[in-house]
Amino acid sequence: MQTILIVVAAVLGSIVLGLLFSWVDRLVTARIQWRKGPPVYQPLADIVKLLGKETVVSESASLWPFLLAPVLGFAGVCAAAAILWAVAINPDASFVGDLIVVIYFLTFPSLVLILGASASGNPYGAVGAGREMKLVIGYELPFVLAMVPAIVAAGRALSRPGFELAGSFKLSAILQAQQNGAVAGSLAGFLALLCAMAVMQAKLGVVPFDQPEAETELTGGVILEYSGPALAMIKLMRAMLLFVLPLFIITVFWGGVSLRGWGLLATPLKVVVLLVVVVLMRNTNPRLRIEQAMKFFWFIVTPVAVIASVLSAYA
Amino acid sequence: MSVLDKVKLWGLKKSPWVYHVNTGACNNCDIEVLELLTPRFDVERLGVLLACSPRHADALLVTGICTRQARPRLQEIYRQTAKPCLVVCLGACACTAGIFHDAWHFAGPVDEVIREVDPDAKIIYIPGCPPKPEAMIAGIAKALQDL
Repeated sequence: MQTILIVVAAVLGSIVLGLLFSWVDRLVTARIQWRKGPPVYQPLADIVKLLGKETVVSESASLWPFLLAPVLGFAGVCAAAAILWAVAINPDASFVGDLIVVIYFLTFPSLVLILGASASGNPYGAVGAGREMKLVIGYELPFVLAMVPAIVAAGRALSRPGFELAGSFKLSAILQAQQNGAVAGSLAGFLALLCAMAVMQAKLGVVPFDQPEAETELTGGVILEYSGPALAMIKLMRAMLLFVLPLFIITVFWGGVSLRGWGLLATPLKVVVLLVVVVLMRNTNPRLRIEQAMKFFWFIVTPVAVIASVLSAYA
Repeated sequence: MSVLDKVKLWGLKKSPWVYHVNTGACNNCDIEVLELLTPRFDVERLGVLLACSPRHADALLVTGICTRQARPRLQEIYRQTAKPCLVVCLGACACTAGIFHDAWHFAGPVDEVIREVDPDAKIIYIPGCPPKPEAMIAGIAKALQDL
């Protein structure tokens, strides 16, 4: 019963906060361009409108993968949100390897967009799917490597004399390790946090890593063929990611979520800092070409993540 | 009208995404459309966004007379658009063909071309050569009120 309650709270909470965050994103973007920006209910109105519209499926699309893809992606983000919320509310809910499970669920949106775009039967969708695939190949390795400092710190926290642990994949152990200072407090952890933030930008699919969508060249790319409720699912998935990814990064690198005492002030501040970085990066950068993005992840972010994971052994 | 319909209508009124179709305009109306997105007019505060594809659109913004080449394409774009959608005839050419009325390449007024595909299409007219951005905002606002 408690599990069901936590899942419902996690999904609803992530939807509400995600929609709010995507409004903040649009508002800050508008203000940077000296515009007034949309009202606070705008993302909700977009979703409601899309839910009321017709879903068009082209003749060349293969129906089931095309329509199933947004649902799967939405479900994946919901599952990641549920695990993160459950650990934030009650660390005992953590299970062995839940860090790995969350990483897997967080790749769902990209994989599902590749699936949906390939099934859409649209040449722009195919190009977008190819780009999304290249991006995933680019950023997944540094993302996993960036987790190493947190994993090692968690192992150290669980180790006792006579019971040495090299690392732990439990989120609760990572949280426990950060009670006397965040993982990002050490040099290794800080470098890893920077890598994870670069990857977050790509996972959200915003400028400078929006090549799969690229509305000026691919006119929407991976989401081009979607309409009505299916598009609403994708928009909702993106909006939830805008909250779930910062939540994940805070849990792993930045001391986790706490709503007691100073945490009531500090937790929203951490989320806002991550969100502001995403929005500012998005508004001050041009879109990279796809090979530039891959070079960035392979030759800059990956070496930094490797250095961070090596350094974490000497903390 | 049921509650569900009211909610749907609210969404449609608050978030009209626009797809821009040029069926043979001189580019004057198109430049005026771009002004809508600038800080001076900023239609995003009314929820209006330029959509990248007719699949995402709630309104087709048609500029220019419908030429022979554009006619089948305009009908195809209307078929591809997710319904319900509006068609906005923007400028004198799209409304009446204007000074090109007797030209050889003119293939029928935009509203008739659209009605061939869908007799019940909701079509609104914003005249002017080109219409001022204020006139476009007023026209779309009036159309949304009447939905």
